[in-house]
Amino acid sequence: MSGKMVEIRWHARGGQGAKTAAMFVAEAVLTKGKFGQGFPEYGPERRGAPMRGFTRISDVPIRRHCMIENPGIVIVLDSSLLDSPAAGVTAGTSKDTVFLVNTTDSPAAVAKKLNVKGAKVHTVDATGIALETIGRPIPNMPMVGALLAVDDLLTVEELKSALVDQLGSKFSQVVIDGNLAAVDRANKELVSA
Amino acid sequence: MEQKLVALSGNEAVAYAFKQARPHVAAAFPITPQTEMMHKYADFVANGESSTEMILVESEHSAMSAAIGSAAAGARTFTATSSAGFALMWEVVYIAASLRLPICMALVNRALSGNINIHCDHSDSMGGRDAGWIHLFSENAQESYDNAIMAWRIAEHMDVRLPVMVNYDGFIISHTADALYMLPDDAAWKFIGKYNPAYTLLNPEKPITVGPLDLTDYYFEHKTSQLAAYEKAPAIIQQVSDEFAELTGRRYGFAEEYRLDDADLVMVLLGSSAGTCKDVIDQYREKGVKVGLLKLRTFRPFPAAYLAKVLGGRKAVCVLDRSASFGGQGGPLFMETRSAMYGLQVPVHGYIYGLGGRDFDLRQAATVIENLQKVAAGGELKDINLLGVRL
Repeated sequence: MSGKMVEIRWHARGGQGAKTAAMFVAEAVLTKGKFGQGFPEYGPERRGAPMRGFTRISDVPIRRHCMIENPGIVIVLDSSLLDSPAAGVTAGTSKDTVFLVNTTDSPAAVAKKLNVKGAKVHTVDATGIALETIGRPIPNMPMVGALLAVDDLLTVEELKSALVDQLGSKFSQVVIDGNLAAVDRANKELVSA
Repeated sequence: MEQKLVALSGNEAVAYAFKQARPHVAAAFPITPQTEMMHKYADFVANGESSTEMILVESEHSAMSAAIGSAAAGARTFTATSSAGFALMWEVVYIAASLRLPICMALVNRALSGNINIHCDHSDSMGGRDAGWIHLFSENAQESYDNAIMAWRIAEHMDVRLPVMVNYDGFIISHTADALYMLPDDAAWKFIGKYNPAYTLLNPEKPITVGPLDLTDYYFEHKTSQLAAYEKAPAIIQQVSDEFAELTGRRYGFAEEYRLDDADLVMVLLGSSAGTCKDVIDQYREKGVKVGLLKLRTFRPFPAAYLAKVLGGRKAVCVLDRSASFGGQGGPLFMETRSAMYGLQVPVHGYIYGLGGRDFDLRQAATVIENLQKVAAGGELKDINLLGVRL
């Protein structure tokens, strides 16, 4: 049985960490007794090229292994993709789709650009937050923090605990602390229409 | 048995399973999408979690050759590859089977060139279907892991002694983080057990000859012994799978039967698209359509008698191939299935889908079910149909 399934589509450019985020969220929800599936779309992998990632979250095991065509949530890590029809940010979306965009623009300005009737748009300056907390313009983890403000997949504390597990063995305490701070700030600084 | 729920990519899951078998030797050459699996394995070795000797060779032909030498010397051995890498192994793939060496291989299914494509289809595995290996197919990370645990017991069983390849779909499974249950190391080891080679190349007490000239005098008899091993393999595969079910609660056979008991309409396929079909089958079941799925796990040995038994009496059957056989009578799975159904008087048609990783989506699964309904109602359909392609 399919049950209730949250389907998230990530739009980013190579190097912004969308693949990591898409897979990390799928892993992190396991601690809540949920099932997750996360995968990127593989193409010519290179820094700066548009790419997409996908995350499914469900209360029951996830069986389907196809692309997400009608996402409930669209997360845009690079606002320049809003200007690119080829990036397909609005493809398969409806008035019920939630958009979460990394930008300093207002939700109203983004909504106008998206041109989706009744779209629920939220914005956050994830790049700015990443620069101040992590020291590098990698907006993936702040966007995950912001995601929790639009959908209660996990609490911020649960996410941070999963993040420590994920980064613990690979990165220094400074990097881990930066990511944790980025998650917190983005979660609080989300701007909604 | 307490099992840990984790989220891993298919590649990571298979790397763990192979590590739990404590193989003596791994010989491999990197190729997308297999690379990540051997990368993970190399991490285990570098971190001291595995004492496997890694032989980093200069090509896949050498990888399989090194695996053959190692297995002939009596070492538990594995390799892994994809697509063109498997194609380059070609001649030695046959030798591994002919020498009855229980090598395990992860074949991360990827299309063959050209043009160059890194994504999933099953044409790599199908090219080696007559080479004498056992082919297990997996739907998701869980099944990839489970098959990679069971593969050792099947390969090394004295009634079988054939190499086993564990197939899982490139990217769709290999690079997707998916939830799965993993056995604790000690439980996996207890299940797999120590490898006892029957003969070893380097034992002066019991000298043997491996790979000599074998002409008109005995070659045919040696091939006959390979055929005989295939006769015995199904019972061993089932026996190992039943023991695995006792340990894990996860039951495997030659195929998974999904909502098949009362199904008039049946889809037959391999690999990851099964999960997508299950979701769509549920939707049609809610509308009262009696449709079910037969997902084959063992393509070699091909369970023809089992298929005939299960598919008899249905109103319509279709077979989905993720590979083409150019100039043949449909895809490899269609040809085998239709042949197994000889005399059943059940209409059967086939599809070619998903070549080069073309997404197999919910709509395509729905089209397949609606076509089955048409055929069951007396409608006509070509033997071979294309799915999800621009015409």
